[in-house]
Amino acid sequence: MAKKTFRQAINETLFQEMRRDPRVIVMGEDVAGGQGGSGQIDAYGGPLGVTKGLIGEFGASRVIDTPITESAIMGAAAGAAVNGLRPVAELMFVDFFGVCFDQIYNQAAKFRYMFGGKAKTPLVIRTTIGAGFRAAAQHSQTLYPIFTHVPGLKVVIPSNAYDAKGLLTQAIRDDDPVIFCEHKLLYDTTADVPDDAYTIPFGEAEITRDGDDVAIVAFGRMAHFANEVADKLTKEKISVRVIDPRTTSPLDEDTIIEAVEDTGRLVIVDESPPRCSIARDIAGLVVEHAFGALKAPIAQVTCPHTPVPFAPPLEDLYIPSPAKIEAAVRKVMAYKG
Amino acid sequence: MQLSREDLLDSYRRMRTIRAFEDRLHDEFALGGIPGFVHLYAGQEACAVGMCMNLTDEDMIGSTHRGHGHCIAKGCDVEAMMLEIYGKKGGLCGGKGGSMHIADLAKGMLGANGIVGGNPPLAVGAALAAKTLKTGKVAVSFAGDGASNQGTTFEAMNMAVVLQLPVIFVIENNGYGEGTGVSYAVGAKDIAQRAAAFGMPGVTVDGSDFFAVHEASREAVERARAGGGPSAIEMRITRYYGHFEGDPQLYRAADEVPGLRENLDCLKKFRQRVTETKLLEAAQLDAIDRDVATLIDRAVAKAKAAEFPGAADLTTDVYVKYA
Ligand SMILES: Cc1ncc(C[n+]2csc(CCOP(=O)(O)OP(=O)(O)O)c2C)c(N)n1
Ligand SMILES: [Mg+2]
Repeated sequence: MAKKTFRQAINETLFQEMRRDPRVIVMGEDVAGGQGGSGQIDAYGGPLGVTKGLIGEFGASRVIDTPITESAIMGAAAGAAVNGLRPVAELMFVDFFGVCFDQIYNQAAKFRYMFGGKAKTPLVIRTTIGAGFRAAAQHSQTLYPIFTHVPGLKVVIPSNAYDAKGLLTQAIRDDDPVIFCEHKLLYDTTADVPDDAYTIPFGEAEITRDGDDVAIVAFGRMAHFANEVADKLTKEKISVRVIDPRTTSPLDEDTIIEAVEDTGRLVIVDESPPRCSIARDIAGLVVEHAFGALKAPIAQVTCPHTPVPFAPPLEDLYIPSPAKIEAAVRKVMAYKG
Repeated sequence: MQLSREDLLDSYRRMRTIRAFEDRLHDEFALGGIPGFVHLYAGQEACAVGMCMNLTDEDMIGSTHRGHGHCIAKGCDVEAMMLEIYGKKGGLCGGKGGSMHIADLAKGMLGANGIVGGNPPLAVGAALAAKTLKTGKVAVSFAGDGASNQGTTFEAMNMAVVLQLPVIFVIENNGYGEGTGVSYAVGAKDIAQRAAAFGMPGVTVDGSDFFAVHEASREAVERARAGGGPSAIEMRITRYYGHFEGDPQLYRAADEVPGLRENLDCLKKFRQRVTETKLLEAAQLDAIDRDVATLIDRAVAKAKAAEFPGAADLTTDVYVKYA
């Protein structure tokens, strides 16, 4: 099994799924790049190089560079999905969902229900999320809470290259619309990734560290921070269980509730502003189903209720850090009724 | 309006300032001092300046991710811009916006914009305010060829015509949206004609010819001010640097940019025209070049030395008043 980057894992998955099923197409802005230019085709391969090489094997009829026109991209992908294709559409930065949300949440997400179960919309929207890129207010959000809110959408947030491959394969083979969120700062991280295709089912959390004093639930890039904190605190004999739910919709509620029943203490880390966030959502779930098991108030480590600032020191403060997570763990551990 | 000698000197100074600002950012970015993305405007100077020479501080412009040139053309303070691009205290937006969000409402600069197609509707709104409040101001939306394909742009154009608003849509057609060429991405032959199809005058000019840009802009601004409604101007131009700094531009043939720099450079063409017609002397232009170089040196030194905003700034200015 070879070490591969998160970027390579996604690229390889796209190759494999496009080979496996001729109905899979990729579309978006500069997914190849160079069309209509005086230089090379595939000059971009996606702005962050994730779709590189696809056009060479599959051609421009399956690797479709589009004008800058997100409403039409997402709408066309949704329309093609109900009509026999399995599009993987790229929304370059999740922040741009603002120009195309209707096609996603009023159209793609609702077809099946509104049409009495008659439609299938096998659509994947790949998008980049997350702060830390010094990209300021309109290119740094996560926004997955907004997608999670919408019935009919599935929402995936892989935290590592292995999961990225298994979850993207699942997403492409899934018959429902899936929002696939790739954190920009994870692209160069590596993991062991099998060469053959495999799927990871949605709604199954991974327990990345086992422990029985306190549980941390963390998604995407934050899962790495949570692991780091868990490893550090083990040395002080604080036993931390880390849960990476991997998908927010569906959400593996059982694994979270079980962790609270086992540990009695919960820290939720969410790289989003706090209001209507996944952190609050999970806190609500736990209060409803495991209130009696709680030995301390649930701690939530989130971004502040502000847009993402540009100045690097402010952006660093904005993002939940291992230090903030550690402090939250210590606080719930120290709580005395 | 005939351009006076002062106007010509002012125009040259603004264009030279943009060029020097962007060339310097190109170098500084390569050295690693500048956070995030920067999209440079070098090559397109005559578009911003040719238009903005027709505007007052009270008129409003909406800009793009490639906004430094629009800011300078509209009179934004160069040192405060540089501070902003470095994310420092004292920056035009306190270091919280950065290159893609520079704004200076006091100068009628409604903001660079991280969203392609973000500003045309906003410019329509600025024009709506001007018309409703009878201020006599006009609004200009600068957008790229790529942005010209965005639904927001079409919707803004139609609404401007329907409401007969004092707004001008400038489409800077620099041949590419990121790495995709105009001939591929724009279905119509001509962006100006597509704008005209919404029911407003649409013209195409050589964006490297300051005088052509200025003249077309003058007509459109006068029409808008006189209550004659919106217009569109497609300015054909090129960008010298990559889409963003660090872009190797593999989608362009190796000789494309050198050829354009040689033959279609707006500053060279301007200099040649004003010196050949004896409107200005080369020495006057050289003096401006020296002034501008000093200004940029000072701005960069100041930006590098400045402090970052403090932790307390993280949570300020989300609202005017909350709770
Ligand atoms: C809504 C949206 N889609 C995509 C992008 C990414 N993006 C930034 S600039 C750009 C190209 C814009 O091309 P054009 O309008 O021609 O302007 P130019 O860069 O040539 O100045 C793209 C695709 C974005 N910022 N916003
Ligand atoms: Mg362009």
